[in-house]
This record gives sequence, C-alpha cells and structure tokens, in this order.
Amino acid sequence: MIKIVDLHKSFGKQKVLDGVNLEIEEGKTTVIIGRSGGGKSVLLKHIIRLLKPDSGHVLVDGTDITKLNDKDLNEIRKKFGVLFQGAALFDSMTVGENVAFPLKEQTKMKDSEIRKIVADRLRAVGLTGIEEKMPSELSGGMRKRVGLARAIAMHPEIVLFDEPTTGLDPIMTEAIDNLIIDTQKNFNLTSIVISHDVESIFKVGHKIAMLHEGKIVEYGTPEEIRESRNPVLVQFLSGSTEGPIKII
Amino acid sequence: MNRASTAIDNLGRSVLRNVEEMGRILLLFISVLSWMIRPPLKLRLIFKQMEFVGVKSIFVVVLTGIFTGMVMALQGYHGFRMFSAESLVGSTVALGMTRELGPVLTSLMVTARAGSAMAAELGTMRVTEQIDALSVMAANPVKHLIVPRVIAGVLMVPVLTIVADFVGILGGYFVGVPVLGINSGIFVKNITRYVDLDDIYNGLIKAAIFGLILSLIGCYKGFNTSGGAEGVGKATTEAVVLASISILISDYFLTAIMF
Repeated sequence: MIKIVDLHKSFGKQKVLDGVNLEIEEGKTTVIIGRSGGGKSVLLKHIIRLLKPDSGHVLVDGTDITKLNDKDLNEIRKKFGVLFQGAALFDSMTVGENVAFPLKEQTKMKDSEIRKIVADRLRAVGLTGIEEKMPSELSGGMRKRVGLARAIAMHPEIVLFDEPTTGLDPIMTEAIDNLIIDTQKNFNLTSIVISHDVESIFKVGHKIAMLHEGKIVEYGTPEEIRESRNPVLVQFLSGSTEGPIKII
Repeated sequence: MNRASTAIDNLGRSVLRNVEEMGRILLLFISVLSWMIRPPLKLRLIFKQMEFVGVKSIFVVVLTGIFTGMVMALQGYHGFRMFSAESLVGSTVALGMTRELGPVLTSLMVTARAGSAMAAELGTMRVTEQIDALSVMAANPVKHLIVPRVIAGVLMVPVLTIVADFVGILGGYFVGVPVLGINSGIFVKNITRYVDLDDIYNGLIKAAIFGLILSLIGCYKGFNTSGGAEGVGKATTEAVVLASISILISDYFLTAIMF
C-alpha cells in the first residue's frame, strides 16, 4: 500500500532522512518510533508530500507521489486523513465546521448529509453534540479527538497520527490509544502512528519501526521489537541515557 | 582589507537575499492570479476579508483623514497668507489628499491594522500546522487564505481612500472656513477649479496598487513563518516594515508616471 524507498532529506547541512526504506502493511497499524527531533514528523510529511525529498520515492498504491502534479496529488491525498500533533483545528471555525470542512471541499453532498456525517464522526470519537463549540473552548484531549473526527470524516483508507498522545494526561492517553485501535478496526484503516510513548507503541502497533540517525534500524511486530537486542532499541525502550543514542 | 571584504561580502549577501525575496513575492503573486481565475470563487471568504480590511478600518481611516486635512489647512493658511493667497488653501488640501495623502496614509493605516493581522494570522496558522491541514484536505492554501485577502486589499483600500479624501477635505473646510475665516464659496470654487477627476482616479489607482502590496506582503510573510511564537512576531514586524517601505517607494515611481 505505502512503500518508502531510499528516502533522503536534508535541511541545510543537517541530514534528517538518510536512506529510509519502509513498507507499510495494508489494514494494519504501523508505529514509527524514535527520539524527539529524530525526523519522524519529517518522514510523515513526506508520506503525504507536505515535504519533497532530496531523493528517493514514496509509493502509494504503486504511484510515486514525489513526482505528481498538484491535481494528481490532491486525488491521492483524498485517500488520507491526518491527525496533526496539535490537532491543527481551524481557529476561526466551529467544531462542526472543522469536521465538515473536507466533506464540503471534496464532495458535492447536501448540507443535511454533511451534518449527519459530522454528528456520526463526533459520536465515533465520543464527543456527541459539540458541533457549535469553538476549538478554543476545548481541552487538549478534546481537540485531538475532534482532529481525529475530521481526519476520518471522508472515510479515508489511510490515517496518519503525528504524536497523538503527546502532552496528554495518562487517562486521556489511554482514551486516545483506544480510539486509534477502535477507528482502525471500525473503518478498516491503514494507520501510521508517530510516537515516542513506549506504552502506547506496544498497545496500538501491529508493526513497529525504529527511526535512528535518518534510517530505519529495526522493524517488526511488538514481540520482535520487545525481544530485540539492537542497542539503539534497547536504550530507547529502557529510557537510558547511556548508549548509542546521544543526548544533544 | 579584511574588514572591507567582509563588509562587501555582507552587502552582497543582503542584496541577494532581498532579490530572492522579491522573486518569491512575485511568484506568490503569479500563483494568486492563477488561483483567482479558477472557480469556484470563495465569495464568503472574500466578503469576510472585505469586512475585516474595509469596514473595520473605517474609524482609523476617518480619524487619520480628518486630522490630516485639518493640519494641511492650518499649515497651508500660514504659508499662503505670506503672499495673500489664502484662497488656495481648499484646492491645496484637496489636491494633497486625492493625489498623495489619501492613498498613502490610508494604505499605511491599513498596513498597520490589517496587513499586520494577515501576517500574524497566517503565521499562527503555519506554526500550528493549520496550513498543512488545508493542503492534506486537498484545499489549496493560496486559494483559501491568500486570494480572498489580496482581493479584499485591492478593492477596499481604494474605497477607504475615497472616505479619507472626503473627510480630509471636510476637515480642511472646517478649519479653513469657520476657524480661519476663508470665504466658503472661494474655498469650494478653487477645489472644483484645480482638482480634476484624473487626480482622484490616479489616487485610487495608487490605492489599489498599495492594497495589493500590503496584502501580498502581509500574506507572504505570514505564509512563510517558521519558529513558533517568536517567528510569528518577527513575520508581523517584517510585514509592516516591508509593506510600508514598499508603499512609499512605489508611491514615488507611480507619481512620476501618473502626474
């Protein structure tokens, strides 16, 4: 479904991605882990081509999106939903308008149909009846859930989660993890989750990939990752300051 | 020698940076033009921006215009009195307002009020990933965010300039006639005698160009913000400074061409 081939990206002299190779399995949740500032979000932005690589390819259903024009790229983007790190809700719109936005932009549905889908998606994330609230009135956890409702509004095939539990309390973290699992099952999604929350990683992931120094250094099921002797992974999972991951 | 070469090096870099930035603004302008003609036109967004740029700037523009007209009348009176030409105060105020001060001061006030807000709003949207969110939902950010603001700038700055011209002349009249004792008939007659419709039209063309400059620069700076809250503040300041300077420089060249 998604295949990343030898992806390179630098910002100035700083090499962020240095030959990433990764295959995302269809209908599964793949978690990409790695230290903060290690290029996980940069990799995610390449998957939906918010960033263009210096070299390499991102294949979505066999189409290399790094070479697409805007029109074709928009068609591919319709397969995706994205939950951004800070939810990225539009401040000037109500919750209802936020969730309705992709439906209004990409379809010719009647307002009544759109209202129905909005209510349905908000119910799916446990936030029934908050359509008229403004994003500024919501807590961090509620914003993320509204962001997820918007991401799944179009019933996408693939959903990207950029650090969905960062900054949340343990209870809300658990609730978001459950939502990721439930929506993946209910909507039969291919999910890609960027995270450095060790507990969440094992809970939501079918496959886990470790990004270190611009490369995928380990890839496998949660069990394989747990049993891995790769020193990078061992240090990351134990949270130790000693090891190959340098503290800058 | 070393210090001189470093200075030349820095100067060269600064020139290159500015030329590159002008090129980027020009590319953004071309992109705005190409998205402007592609349907559907986002009328709701355009009207919202017209209200923000136009309606909500009226108060500040009226204040600026009226006091500018009043002070021009006051200064003009003292100058003209030296050679007994007080009757020319009205036409001087009217010419000054319609040709120069109306469009320039209106644009500078709108830059401070709306241009800065454009940079701050788009900058915040950039650092909070709202612009990325638009892109991934297959909604072009230039069409959604920049086109309505540029259209509002180009349409509303001339409208505000008409208001500034009118209240400026009115302010000049109130100072010139009741306060300084100039004959009302002569005051008005000299305005109609010396001010052509071309003066007003050219002033309004200037205003439209200034509206384009301030909205384009405000949007460009906001759209290319990086670095969190500090970046938004920097983008806002840079937008106001660059737009104000660009308005004043382009005013000279437009005046040289038009009048």
